[in-house]
Amino acid sequence: MLESRRFVIIGFFALVGIIYLLRLFYLQVLDESYSIESSSNSIKRVTEIPFRGQIYDRYGKLIVYNTPVYDLLVTPYKVKMDDTLRFCQVLGIERRDFDSLMNAASTYSRVKPSLFLRQLSKEDFASIQDIMVDYSGFEFAKSSLRTYTAPTLANTLGYVSEITKGQLEKQEEPYYRQGDYIGQSGVERIYENELRGKRGTKFVMQNVAGVYKGPWKNGELDTMAVAGENLYTGLDLEVQQYADSLMVNKVGSVVAIEPKTGQIISMVSAPTYDPNILASRYFSKNFAALARNPYKPLFNRPVMASYRPGSTFKLIQALIGLQEGVITPGSGFTHANCPVGCHNHPATSTVALGVTHSCNPYFYNVFRRLIYKNNIKNTFKASAVGLDAWHDDIAKFGIGQRLGIDLPSEYKGNLPNKKYYDRFYGEYRWKFSNIYSLSIGEGELLITPLKMANVAAIIANRGYFYTPHVIHGIGDKKTVKPEFLERHETGVDAHNFEPVIEGMIGAVEAGTARRSKVEGITIAGKTGTSQNKRGDDHSIFIAFAPVDDPKIAIAVFVENAGAGGSAAAPIANLIIEKYLSRKVTNKALEERMLKLDLMSKVVLPTTKKPGETETKKKEEVKKPTGDPNDPANRLPGAPHPANPAAMRGPVTLPKQSQQKAL
Amino acid sequence: MAESKPITKNVDWMVVLIYIACLTIGWLNIYAAVYNPEAHTNMFDLSNNAGKQLMWIGTAALLIICILVIDYKFYETFSFVIYAVVIFLLVVVLFAGSNINGSRSWIKLGSFSLQPAEFSKLAVSLAISKYLSDPAISLNRKLKDYYPIMGIIALPAFLILLSNETGSMLVFASFAIVLYREGMPGFIPAIGMIGAALLIITLLFVKWYIAGAIIVIAGLVIWLMPVMTRRRGGLWATIIVAFVMIGIVFGVDFFMNNVLQKHQRGRIMVLLDPDSDPRGIGWNVIQSKIAIGSGGVWGKGFLQGTQTKFDFVPEQSTDFIFCTVGEEHGFLGTTIVVFLFVALISRLVVLAERQRSRFARVYGYCVAGIIFFHFLVNVGMTIGLMPVIGIPLPFFSYGGSSLWSFSVLLFIFLKIDAQRPFTLSRG
Repeated sequence: MLESRRFVIIGFFALVGIIYLLRLFYLQVLDESYSIESSSNSIKRVTEIPFRGQIYDRYGKLIVYNTPVYDLLVTPYKVKMDDTLRFCQVLGIERRDFDSLMNAASTYSRVKPSLFLRQLSKEDFASIQDIMVDYSGFEFAKSSLRTYTAPTLANTLGYVSEITKGQLEKQEEPYYRQGDYIGQSGVERIYENELRGKRGTKFVMQNVAGVYKGPWKNGELDTMAVAGENLYTGLDLEVQQYADSLMVNKVGSVVAIEPKTGQIISMVSAPTYDPNILASRYFSKNFAALARNPYKPLFNRPVMASYRPGSTFKLIQALIGLQEGVITPGSGFTHANCPVGCHNHPATSTVALGVTHSCNPYFYNVFRRLIYKNNIKNTFKASAVGLDAWHDDIAKFGIGQRLGIDLPSEYKGNLPNKKYYDRFYGEYRWKFSNIYSLSIGEGELLITPLKMANVAAIIANRGYFYTPHVIHGIGDKKTVKPEFLERHETGVDAHNFEPVIEGMIGAVEAGTARRSKVEGITIAGKTGTSQNKRGDDHSIFIAFAPVDDPKIAIAVFVENAGAGGSAAAPIANLIIEKYLSRKVTNKALEERMLKLDLMSKVVLPTTKKPGETETKKKEEVKKPTGDPNDPANRLPGAPHPANPAAMRGPVTLPKQSQQKAL
Repeated sequence: MAESKPITKNVDWMVVLIYIACLTIGWLNIYAAVYNPEAHTNMFDLSNNAGKQLMWIGTAALLIICILVIDYKFYETFSFVIYAVVIFLLVVVLFAGSNINGSRSWIKLGSFSLQPAEFSKLAVSLAISKYLSDPAISLNRKLKDYYPIMGIIALPAFLILLSNETGSMLVFASFAIVLYREGMPGFIPAIGMIGAALLIITLLFVKWYIAGAIIVIAGLVIWLMPVMTRRRGGLWATIIVAFVMIGIVFGVDFFMNNVLQKHQRGRIMVLLDPDSDPRGIGWNVIQSKIAIGSGGVWGKGFLQGTQTKFDFVPEQSTDFIFCTVGEEHGFLGTTIVVFLFVALISRLVVLAERQRSRFARVYGYCVAGIIFFHFLVNVGMTIGLMPVIGIPLPFFSYGGSSLWSFSVLLFIFLKIDAQRPFTLSRG
């Protein structure tokens, strides 16, 4: 009896089979809705590029935003052109251009759209949109351009351009496709992931002719593009532009930091250029012009250029000396028995006076005591041990280290240690007498303007610093990267800063920088004169103010401007006043600095070939290499070109290329 | 000796041919599912699912040869040993398993991963067959004979549930077919089906209306009932049945809202109304129906599927492989696949019925039931008739563990069947 149940079971199997077949028959044969949706209309995936995040200054003023533009695409096989002349007229291009653009497009693909003209403005788009309907095969694609509210901060912000072939191949996760834009330098590069947002995908229906038939499934499956995160900087746009104007016709850097937080207030790399020229249809032409410019406007001097710190380094020597106990605030030194020269100044009987008058023998003696502090009999061994101990103390100030700023290609600088000199002289073959020029910030020391601004911030804070950074807030929540909230200690006690700061106040009030003092603001500063063998000294000044509650720490470097008091100190103090009181009282000094033109004194960087004589170099025309890390490009070593006036910064580009719009 | 006759003579070639047809069609469709027109996918490339599946097919062939060589008595003798080994593996996987797609059910040995849950079907089939091979056991008279069966099924089911692989656990429902054939009273599966029907109705309509309708129907039944039946207890029986049904209706409601997890509830709701959550759980169902529906009568042609090219259908080479068949080969293709399955399981039932030993017959029904259940749920979910439960389509879906376990399951039965002429009947 149970055997007959097999028929029930097989019947059940067959029943399920029949139900499924009926359902399939309904889905696949009877119900037309599915086949219409997927076969007669082909579905096309359209990628939506989100707007990049915008960038704001410390008061919420917009610095960078996006302007919608339109790219014109062409699909060669669809093009039927009766009246090429009129078409060219409408687009404002030459017949020649038309032919070469069409050729390039056809070579790429006859059936796939390729770029014809890029980045037409909204106005241009509006004026030609109607006419373009007459020409088949052309379509517009929406895109956007970075736009800058002020012609400043070019190197800090960086630029955005089409991804290169190398970058395309090197990317770890396949996000970018050919033709995508990517941040190439500055903030745009470091914060690319935050700024780029999230691409959206739309599925649209097209009929056989490729005509748009509306969203597929009413857009249910589309993902929205998510705009990039906005970035909030600590930059002060007004002060930045003021600093820019002071640095016109000079080569150098300004870096201003808020000591309490490490936020960059201003960062000038002179000469500079208008960032808008690299965010236009003429990117490649303009970029080539910038890259060719002998003054290297693309070289971000505040973080990449290297100088000797000169006398500004004496501040650190004094601080380490006090901390290590080799001097007291009341220690005095005379010029006697000292191989380094000095200028004529009142007796330096305290640390403060040593700083105020920037006395070279004073710091020679401080450094000597630091090196020989260890009491080892053998002077060679004592020097080796002493230098390494000294190196470790100095390194805590960020000298010879990467500070970790959120900008690409930060130069590490150089802070020599025992190993460094062993390579030149051999182990225990050198002693203090070989290295004493370090005492006054010369010799093998190399720093960047950023590092010295950070040293000013350390002194302002009396002993600690926050990593200097441009972006102090990501996205709506204004998240700060944790590494920028981490306090770095230098190991020097706060009380040891007071005599040094006293000396710095003296330097501005009555010392090396007295000509640029500001009424009503107590500034603590220190001049520096950075020697370089091939041109006039570089003028350096670091300062902070107000002394009691420091709000700004600054470093100004002006190449080939002579002593620190001549150009760097006035510029720094004008910027400090502008930042703290929003106005400038010393109009005469301001006028002088605005007019000061040092371009004729600037020795252009070049690749130096060994054996070349000084006179020979003066005659040759400069052909700079593009490598910013080439030491020859950091240390000026060649005369100025025949016509420096033509090269004055900020660099402007030939008018014709900018006007060549539609 | 008679047993030295070549196995090729006695093996059921119809099943073997269907098996080969399924593997071939499945493999070609896996290739179509992973095929990328812009990248020239190679069918034999081990870096894609098609290439790997070919490797699994090759190794399955080796396994089959082993099975056919091993003495047929081995499986009956070692039924409980195999069962114990699989239970052990299921316990091991709970502690040492690697997490793939949210279920902790894979044992990883180097680059090779195995899913013991897949082999639990084989183990339970063998254990139940062995248990029922005792002629003293009767399923239509003694309730206590059910307890060991319940235990055999519940132990692995519990372990699989712990490893979060609900789909594999539900497959044990297929043993109802075997139990029915071996004497389980017919009203038990009938109650199960009525229960399922009530569940779906409850989800579709307001429960008070259903309760009202049940009362009305019960009233009609009592009214139409012969007077004698009514007097002999028919009245109370009908009233009790009606109240039990109303109880189920409200129980289902409670079960849906308070017992089931959110995603499980979602899967059942989507079955009833896919548009209720088009971007979430309903996505799979909608996409798979569009893919199948767009195939039309003749299909779009091999590798010509468009729905599949944008990854609209998820899990395309595994659980949703039937979509590729539907889209590229149309109603013609899906009909062939449905026929292959119905033919295979019906043939297995016929083979099972001609066995002389009860062990072999029960095992044959187990195989047929398991394959049927997979077919029922997997194809049902792609055409929107079943909730989305992640179980593979036998011999079609990509995956080494499932292909191996189905092949082993099937060929053990074919081996036993091939020895049938030499087996003595035991009842």
